Amino acid sequence: MRFMMLMFPGPKAETGAMPDEKGVAAMMKYNEELVNSGVMLSGDGLHPSSKGARVRFAGGKPTVADGPFTESKELIGGYWIIQVKSKDEAVEWARRCPAAEDDMIELRQIFEMSDFTNLSPEIHAKADELGKRLGG
Amino acid sequence: MEDDLRRRISAIYRIESPKLVARLARFTGHVGLAEELAHDALVSAMERWTPDSMPDNPGAWLMATAKRKALDRIRHARLAARESAAVEADAELWRDVGHVDVEEKLDDDIGDDLLRLMFVACHPVLSTESRVTLTLRLLGGLSTAEIARAFLVAEPTIAQRIVRAKRALADAKVPFEVPRREELAPRLASVLEVVYFVFNEGYSATSGDDWMRPGLAEDALRLGRVLSRLLPEEPEVLGLVALMELQASRIGARTTPDGEPILLLEQDRSRWDRLLIQRGLAALARAEELCGSREDGRGPYVLQAAIAACHARARRGEDTDWTRIAAIYAALSERAPSPVVELNRAVALGMAFGPGAGLAHLDLLADEPSLAGYHLLPSVRGELLAKLGRFEEAARECDRASSLTENLREKRLLGGRAEAYRKQK
Repeated sequence: MRFMMLMFPGPKAETGAMPDEKGVAAMMKYNEELVNSGVMLSGDGLHPSSKGARVRFAGGKPTVADGPFTESKELIGGYWIIQVKSKDEAVEWARRCPAAEDDMIELRQIFEMSDFTNLSPEIHAKADELGKRLGG
Repeated sequence: MEDDLRRRISAIYRIESPKLVARLARFTGHVGLAEELAHDALVSAMERWTPDSMPDNPGAWLMATAKRKALDRIRHARLAARESAAVEADAELWRDVGHVDVEEKLDDDIGDDLLRLMFVACHPVLSTESRVTLTLRLLGGLSTAEIARAFLVAEPTIAQRIVRAKRALADAKVPFEVPRREELAPRLASVLEVVYFVFNEGYSATSGDDWMRPGLAEDALRLGRVLSRLLPEEPEVLGLVALMELQASRIGARTTPDGEPILLLEQDRSRWDRLLIQRGLAALARAEELCGSREDGRGPYVLQAAIAACHARARRGEDTDWTRIAAIYAALSERAPSPVVELNRAVALGMAFGPGAGLAHLDLLADEPSLAGYHLLPSVRGELLAKLGRFEEAARECDRASSLTENLREKRLLGGRAEAYRKQK
């Protein structure tokens, strides 16, 4: 099963400042450990929200607000996608992250095609149709 | 013990046990003993850890505990040896262990030990099924019960197989080392064969009611990815990883909601996993770079991955570059000739140059003894005949194919096809 590990670095996400050398080295070692263990599928760090935007759909119509965003607790600084045997294993990998004080990692299981096998044939047909349209 | 804690400890053990066993096997020179010691350390953790007293680095704790237990055993073995000459041989087992530096840095490079463990678990003195079982147990971190479930075998059978395999390694005095230069290629081939065997058991189960057991395919991918980090310059390792990533990318599209198989060209390609395709193509590119530009420099896994990549790159089934696939099969047939390769080559030739060309190539295989009981031969033949409008013959081939496979879902698929052909004539 796959999990996304979402890193919420709090206000630090906004400064755009790189962590100190020791922090970077620890994180690199952690990432290497994830790769060496055959667990990591992909991952990226994200620029500060000042380089991003939010598109809201109040009343069904999109309105765009450029970053930076004020609610720093909600900001994601980066993510990993890992493949593990169980949620417990995913949690164990997250615990090992050399995170800074007050960082938070949220773990979310990623839907895979095999998760859909218990749905009814009608829902499947709809999903297929949607897939075809998306696939072009 | 609380359930949460128990689950956490078993997750930790799954992550740590390959490293524990690998390191301990180097110290003791004995894989069976190493696993016992690792397990003893796990038991200690179960007894001592509480939610409030977890070590900061559980892996280091387990390693230190296991090493202490190893030294305890040396002492006991030496005492016993003094008392009785009969156990002298047993004590000899420990002669190197006496030099172990227990305070050795715990986080030094574990890669070499894992690689040694992989080569030993896949050693040619063991039968294929023993290699597979031992590899999943020692390197995949699977429990005996999990392996038994995955292969639909009773748990005691797997447990016995592990015991016997460890004994066979000890009896043959298999050294705990990476094979030397001239032995490396064949021994590596054995490791890759085991990993791909596990993958295939997950990807197209040979028996039982389910066509796939994706858990095993994921285990094999994980082993392959680990191996590709241990041997980053070996094109065949990367080739195997690429092949598995590309094949696994289709897992979500290979069955109907009821679990019936869907063939490659009929799959909804929007359901293929783009992340795995991307990883597979990247691994293949790296492998081909290592091989150089010569087609014949590519080994069987790189070539098979190149074929899988042709499918992955085609947006629609009809966009598939069958001429290229047929050419790669020709290279594969020179590099690693086998009737199954020829069978697949016949399919590719049929797609590239028409069903007649495919049938002509199949006719070369008609008397091949190793394909006599192989259901895909009549199955492919049936398909090609149907394309030529020879439906009655096609239906008969499907019936034959159906009678040759043990897999219930595949049986149904072939039976249904025979029926459809009969309606057409």
